[in-house]
Order: sequence, then structure tokens, then C-alpha cells
Amino acid sequence: MGFFFEVLIGGLLSGVLYALVALGFVLIYKASGVFNFAQGAMVFFAALTFVGFQALLPGWTGLEEGSVMVFWLAFILALASMIVLGILTEKVVLRPLVNQPQITLFMATIGLSFLVEGIAQAIWGANVRALDLGIADEPIGWILDSADMIVSSFDVFAAALAGILVAALALFFQYTKVGRALRAVADDHQAALSIGIPLQHIWAIVWGVAGFVALVAGLIWGARSGVQFALTFTALKALPVLILGGFTSVPGAIVGGLIIGASEKLAEVYIGPFVGGGIEGWFPYMLALFFLLVRPEGLFGEKHIDRV
Amino acid sequence: MKLKKSALIGAAIAGLLVSGYAAAQEQFIGLPSYRVGPYGSNGASLYGGWIDYMAMVNARDGGVNGVKLTWEECETEYNNARGVECYERLKNKGPTGNSVFQPLSTGITYSVLEKVEQDKIPMVTIGYGRTDAADGSVFPWVFPMVTTYWSQASAIVNYIGTKAGGMDKLKGKKIGLLYHDSAYGKESHAIMDKLAEKHGFELQKVAVAHPGNEQQAQWLQIRQQKPDYVILWGWGVMNATALRTAAKTGYSRDKIIGVWWSGSEEDAIPAGDAAKGFVAAGFNVAGANYPVIKDIQTNVYAKNAGNMEDKERVGSVLYNRGVVHGIITVEAIRTAQEKFGKGKSMTGEQMRWGFEHLNLDTKRLAALGAAGFMPDLKISCKDHEGAGKVKFQQWDGSKWNVVTDWIEADKPLVRGMIEESAAAYAKEKGITPRDCSKEM
Repeated sequence: MGFFFEVLIGGLLSGVLYALVALGFVLIYKASGVFNFAQGAMVFFAALTFVGFQALLPGWTGLEEGSVMVFWLAFILALASMIVLGILTEKVVLRPLVNQPQITLFMATIGLSFLVEGIAQAIWGANVRALDLGIADEPIGWILDSADMIVSSFDVFAAALAGILVAALALFFQYTKVGRALRAVADDHQAALSIGIPLQHIWAIVWGVAGFVALVAGLIWGARSGVQFALTFTALKALPVLILGGFTSVPGAIVGGLIIGASEKLAEVYIGPFVGGGIEGWFPYMLALFFLLVRPEGLFGEKHIDRV
Repeated sequence: MKLKKSALIGAAIAGLLVSGYAAAQEQFIGLPSYRVGPYGSNGASLYGGWIDYMAMVNARDGGVNGVKLTWEECETEYNNARGVECYERLKNKGPTGNSVFQPLSTGITYSVLEKVEQDKIPMVTIGYGRTDAADGSVFPWVFPMVTTYWSQASAIVNYIGTKAGGMDKLKGKKIGLLYHDSAYGKESHAIMDKLAEKHGFELQKVAVAHPGNEQQAQWLQIRQQKPDYVILWGWGVMNATALRTAAKTGYSRDKIIGVWWSGSEEDAIPAGDAAKGFVAAGFNVAGANYPVIKDIQTNVYAKNAGNMEDKERVGSVLYNRGVVHGIITVEAIRTAQEKFGKGKSMTGEQMRWGFEHLNLDTKRLAALGAAGFMPDLKISCKDHEGAGKVKFQQWDGSKWNVVTDWIEADKPLVRGMIEESAAAYAKEKGITPRDCSKEM
């Protein structure tokens, strides 16, 4: 039974990391009704920019390599880069496509993903880099001693960080003027414009916030397995989370992440051996497909009702 | 005026002759490379080493017997469809066409397996590709040199046997096989099953779904099963994730033995401290102290002509693997020229002969400045593998250190499996194997 709980807790903690990536999708979907295919590329771009600045800053400023000051300066510069990327995306990609069908905007984000991946590698190179956040990825001693269970201190930190982000974003959407404007824009671009909501301004803000979320996700995932192109694949983990939690719900992203994380790990351990293993890759999609059949809007998504 | 006109015509004709002559003094090598995309980091080091070696041969020796080496890269992004496109784009370049195709991807290898035979272009797959193509009687145009996957697996088990105190001590031991859930990862199954049966160890296979950036479930299973050793048959991000998750679940890294696609700086550095003690196999070693690497630094980098953007990586595992590709390619050209004429460009067919008669013995490797850098190898009509040996290196937190001499595979076992599999392929495709006793 101890092993079951070990797998379950590990899965839930992994699920929080999936939710972190899914959050970026939710933000943009809420504001523009667009599934941003480039979110994985943004995670890669953000992490690569962070480690790039982290490597350059000691030479530029004379600060000690690996110091806290270098970390925060690199973080600020990477965040600024993500905000610039967000603003440019709004100006160059989205603004010309206002009132176009959603599929057009979706196709534009596919193009954007290739562009962002290419620019990231052109600027910083394709080398795999290590990223150390100073938090040990090792079992918490007292849990291991008392329950013989492995719970990583790094995973707990990441879960706490994701929890704080989710809470902050939920409050932002619910209680701020910008948050309400974001929801209005998501419902109908033209109607939002007609009542004086500055669409471009709102889009620039939301892409900037999505960039911030991408940076946090990139740092967490990059610290786990290195900053490399494979960070773009994190988006694949977020997709079933979104289907489950709903594309428009911030708390849905976290609940969806927990369900996907736990179920894929339990399935890998308890069903995997009977079907040759390696089912973690497709099991969440199967689960999401099942959910689509039963509840197409996801657990927390808004029910879409059309007048006929 | 008339004289001036004649002089101009004469100069033009002379120019044409000279340029024609110059063109004939080239040996074109098409490079289907990958420098961007998921494996761009690996590709940059590999192709960097390969190109630097060819540039060094041009700069130091003026080419191979006066024939300058020329090359052109074509970006595949490690994608099969693009690989085939690159094959077609490169095959007619240069005075004699592309004389060898080395795709550095098992997927692309399978995609052009039949094309190379039709186009008479030898395909060299060093450290990847189809293992049973080592039987040259069935696969005359494919050369899976230096050591095949099956030989590597067998050599790893031999290494574990040495660590355990003898092969007989493997009986009753548990060996985990953490593999990339793809054709590449499953390539290990047949040989590992045979080896488990032969030596009496219990084989525990654990699959990791692509890309492998999440392995909590797998390592908790390993923690529960408690294998004595784990063979890491990974690729890309899967390797660093495996090492970090092993550390998290308390599995000792010096009990993890990686294959050569798991054992580079690109795999160890992102894992940080978690990689310390990790051991990996390789048909080439890391290090910049070999004369061949020093020659590259003197003749190429000293003149600011190196291909590597990050010069720190010169001498890394993958860079040196690129140099191995360069050495084998250049020596095959040299061997072919011995038979078909020194100072001439070789065709694909002539190059195939060159590869099939390649003999890089200890003496020749020493002359090339590569003694101990790669194993000696001798290719023949029947045997397109050549060496079947690996060395093991251990990561100390900042670099790889060689910890063994060359360790051989269980050749009778591996060769038997290769011939059996190749014979089945020949039967399926209606191929009549060559009679190697009649080949010169």
C-alpha cells in the first residue's frame, strides 16, 4: 500500500508541473479564444533566454557566477524579453487578425511556434545547458525515514509555486478590471471593442502574463532535465490537462493536472506491465478522449450554448 | 586586335580546362546534418568534429593524395522525410556525385535502405542503424561500423560481469533495462533476452515513453524491483531525466551503465551532480589530448577556421565521434584510391570497395594520431561491422574518464544472431546473398 501512495503522491506532484504549463494556454485562451500552439516554444524560449543571460551577466557586470544577484538580474531580463515577445506577437501576428475566425488565429500560433523556436536557437545556440535553482531534487528525509516514501523537496517547491501562481491568477481574473476585460474579450472581440475595451492593450497584457508563466514553467522544467529543445514537448503534457480541466478555467488547469499526473503514473505502474509499458505517453490522451465524450467542456470549462 | 581576341579565347579555354581539372580533384561528401530541433545540440558537436577533421586533412595534407575534400550540409532536423529529401538533393552533387551517405539517424537509414542500392551509394551507419546489416553478403551497400547495438549490449553485460567478479557471478543477478520506447530502444531486446538466458540473470525491462522528460513511475518501479545494475538505453532528454530521477529515488549512479547515445557531455551536464559516477559505453572516447585532436587545433582552430561555435566542446564525446566519422570516411577514400587510382575522385561504387577493404589496425590508428581513441577495425565482404568493441567512461562531475580498456562483445553469439536475422531478411525480400569467397 505504501508503494501505491508513493506512486500517487509522485504523480500528483508531477501533475502540478503539467498544470504550470497548462496555465499559459488557459490565459491566452481566456483572452482571445485561441489555443496558443506556441506555448511550448515560449517555455523553451524563456528558459533558454534565462540561462543565456545567466551565462553572460558575470562577464558584463563582474558579478560572481551563480550568485543570487545574477539569478535575479537574469530573471528580470528574461521576463522583459518575454514581455517584448508578447507585445511583438500582438502587434505583428494578432492585430492584423482581429475578427478573423479562430482557426486562422490558431494557424498563426503554429507559425509562431516555429519562429520562436528558431529565434531562440539562433540567438542562444542549440547546446543543452544545465540549470540549477539551488533546490535539491532529493527525497525529504523525515518522510523517507518515517514512511519509507520518496517525496522530492524540489517537487514540493514546484507544487507550492504553482499553487501560488494559480491563486494569484484566479484572483486577478475574478476581481480586477483588467481581468474582467480579459473575459469580455474572450467572449466576443467585436462586442468588447464596441464598449470601449482596448483589445490590443488587453492582448499585450495577457501575452506578457503568459510569458511570465512560461518563464516560471521553463525554469522548473529546465532545472529538472536541462534547458534544451525538449522543453517544447512540455506542451504535449498540457493538452490532456486542458481537455480535462477546461480551456477557460485557471483552477481547472490545476485539478486537471493533478488528475492527469496521478492517473498516468498509476497506469504506468499497474497497467503498463501488462501491455509492454511506456503507456504514460498516450494514457492521458485516452483519458482526455473519454472526458470529451462525457463532458466536452471539461470539468470547469464554460458550457457553450448556441441559439438555433 | 586579332591577337588580343585570340589571347582571350585561349585564356578562356585554358580557364575551362583548369576549372575542369580542378573539379576532378574533389571528393564530395554530402552531410545530412541536424543542427536545429530536438537533437540539434548533439548534431552540432558531431558534425563539427567530422567537418573539422576533413578541413584538417585539406589544410595539413592538401586533401587525400591531392584530392580536396568538399562537403555540403543539408538540414534534416532528424526527420525522416527531410532525410530522404536531403538524400535526393545531395546525391548528384560533386564531380562523382555523393560518394557516401551517412544519415546519423536510424529512421533515415531505414527510409533509404533500398535507394542506396539502386543509386550505388554506400551508406555508412556508425553506431546506429540496422544491426543485421553487418552481414555484408545480404547488405552489400550498408556498413554499420564500428560496433553494432547488439555488440554494445553484449559488451555491457561483459563489463557488468567483470564488475560482479566474473561472468558466472551474473547468475541470479537482476539487470534492469530502461529503454526508450521506440524501435531504437527495442533493438536491445533480442540480444538482452539471449544474454539473460545464457548467463542466468533476470532481465527487467522498463519502457520510457518519448521524449522521456518524466520518469517518476519508472524509477519507483526500479526502486521496488531493486536491480543490481540498470542499463540506460536512452536518447536526448531521457538521459538527463533518468539520472536525476535515479538520484531522487536513491539509485546509485555507478550502477547505471549507459549506451553510447546516453554517454555524452550533452547527457551528463544537464543532470548536474546527479550524473556523478555514471558509467557509459562508447566506441570512441572523450579527450582533447589525442594527436588527432591536437592536429585539428593546430591546422584548423589556430587559423580561426573551426566549425564549432563552442570551442570548449572540441574533444567532447560527440565531437570525437564526429572525428571518427571523418577518419573512416577519409581512410575509405584513401583505400579506394589505392585500387582505382591515386589523385582521382572516387565514385560511389569505388567508395563501397574502399569501405569493404578498410583496415584500420593499431599501427594505422597510431599513424593517424588516434591510438586508443577508437578501436582498430577491419571490414570485409562478410563483416561490415569491423570491431565490436567498446570502452567504458565514468563521469566525475565535470568530465568523462576512461575506466576500462576495449571490451569485446560475445562475438560468436552476436554474429550468429546477425546472420540469422540477415538470412530472414534475404528470404523475405528474395535476395540471393553474395558469395564472399569470390569477392576480391
